[in-house]
Amino acid sequence: MFPTPIEKRSRQWQLGYQALLPVVLVIWLLPLIAVAIFSIKPEADFVNGNYWGMPSSFEMFTNYGKVFFESDMPRYLLNSVFITVPTVIGAIILSSMTGFALGVYRFRGNLLIFFMFIAGNFVPFQILMVPVRDLTLDLGLYDTKMGLVLFHVAFQTGFCTLFMRNFIRQLPYALIEAARVEGVSEWRIFVYVVLPLMKPALAALSVLIFTFIWNDYFWAIVLTQGPDSQPVTAGITSFNSQFRAAYHLMSAGSIVAALPPVAMFFLMQKHFIAGLTLGAVK
Amino acid sequence: MTTTTAPTRSWYKRNEIAVTPWLFLIPGIIFFALYVIFPIFQSFWISFHEWDGLGEKTWVGTANYERLLGGDRKFSISFWNNVRWLALYLLAIPMGLFISLFLNQKVFGIRLYKSLFFFPFVISQVVVGLVFSWFYLPNDGLFDIIVGTVGIDVSGGILGNPNTATYGIIAAGLWPQTAYCMILYLTGLNAVDPEQVEAARLDGAKGARMLWYVILPQLKPATFIAFVVTIIGALRSFDFIAVMTNGGPFGSTRVLSFYMFEESLSEFGFRMGYGAAIAVVLFFLMLIFIAYFLWSMYQDEKGAR
Repeated sequence: MFPTPIEKRSRQWQLGYQALLPVVLVIWLLPLIAVAIFSIKPEADFVNGNYWGMPSSFEMFTNYGKVFFESDMPRYLLNSVFITVPTVIGAIILSSMTGFALGVYRFRGNLLIFFMFIAGNFVPFQILMVPVRDLTLDLGLYDTKMGLVLFHVAFQTGFCTLFMRNFIRQLPYALIEAARVEGVSEWRIFVYVVLPLMKPALAALSVLIFTFIWNDYFWAIVLTQGPDSQPVTAGITSFNSQFRAAYHLMSAGSIVAALPPVAMFFLMQKHFIAGLTLGAVK
Repeated sequence: MTTTTAPTRSWYKRNEIAVTPWLFLIPGIIFFALYVIFPIFQSFWISFHEWDGLGEKTWVGTANYERLLGGDRKFSISFWNNVRWLALYLLAIPMGLFISLFLNQKVFGIRLYKSLFFFPFVISQVVVGLVFSWFYLPNDGLFDIIVGTVGIDVSGGILGNPNTATYGIIAAGLWPQTAYCMILYLTGLNAVDPEQVEAARLDGAKGARMLWYVILPQLKPATFIAFVVTIIGALRSFDFIAVMTNGGPFGSTRVLSFYMFEESLSEFGFRMGYGAAIAVVLFFLMLIFIAYFLWSMYQDEKGAR
């Protein structure tokens, strides 16, 4: 192990390290701790210039209550759910199929198609912006959740295909050959042999795509407007113009907006990290 | 005997292995082509026109590019800001490595520490941007208070001063990006071959020399991925700028992705043709890196066969 395990050092080193950890963590997370404290402060604190001190009173319920009952926040949150969940399902279905095709079969153009998916995944969003907005307008899906979902599914299929294909490559190929010898048809091999083995990949991709889409801002402002279909990331910025200097409400809103992916991360940490670090180890 | 079985085996059955992959690929390819591949070429086409997004497109040839490269000040500011983003964003890699070395221990509760350090990456960039913009507030912001104690006074606050605004935004962006690089390196360090480390230790290697000659070569795959995601992230930077400064003050924090958005979809009018031309330039800038990434991946694929 590198660096030298701390157990092999002297007692002072160990104690020093243990003491240093929480200090460094607090410094690292200082901005988040600040918003968390902002969100439970009364408005008066900001008027009086008490930005970074202790809250003069504890207003958690008033602030979060305002966010939930006196703003459009719940609508935005719901929109985010209705955009994110269908996207995850759609992208997973499409990419498990493309990943299967590219991972299991040898045919001309296999690598070319694979690299097309990877390359498309890297392009700047701006080169897609005008035509995709146009296409969405033509389909009559501008300012609808459906319009956003369709685009997200298509774009995420690139990354997901890369992931799925590499995962399927690592499965024992003998299993598939054995099934073929038994006379199992190809699509049954997909459903009954490969899919059950892909559960870890499906889980990892689900949490990753959930986080990516939930946090998307650019496409939200390009393809939608207003609280009817905008997700929470776009909602929070209009919230920002509504409550200009109301930092206590803004912080509470931000925390609410950030919570679902955070919860997802802590619940599915292992899969999330496995997905993000794909390829970091050979 | 064979004649009785032949008709029951349909064309599909006989060609199953050749046909199946295409059947599985078709939906994915159609979607991806419609929303990703075709739009790239459409953007090229649009960039040779003047277009407000609604009416007829007017062919203007290379006029958009001539205007863009022939002294558009907003464009050159955006371009150089992109270069700054690229150069400074790469700091996330050594910073991530540093934190991962710090955390690569087995003490009580270290798993929780690792996930809390990774936390910033999970939060949306919009929220991170907002939080940092409060941190940078002139006079009341924590940053101003801290540097104020050592006598530094940034007039207008970090984000209000055209000389410092871009650096302030990049610093905000580095926070989640460092967390990402950290997690990549933690995973990489986990897989470092302990025998090699022990052998090197017996040979008297330690500290920085050990890191450079023994550990880093083994972390190469992690470094490659960190490099890919950081470059892409730097060139994609949009959310932070839109949220923190909206391009200001005096347009000093624009980057190409933001300038393109502003030209095509802002209150100043819909100049889609000009916007598309900016996007094409950004695309070619990115293509240099994409080509390199794909080439490296292709070398790996060839090796795997």
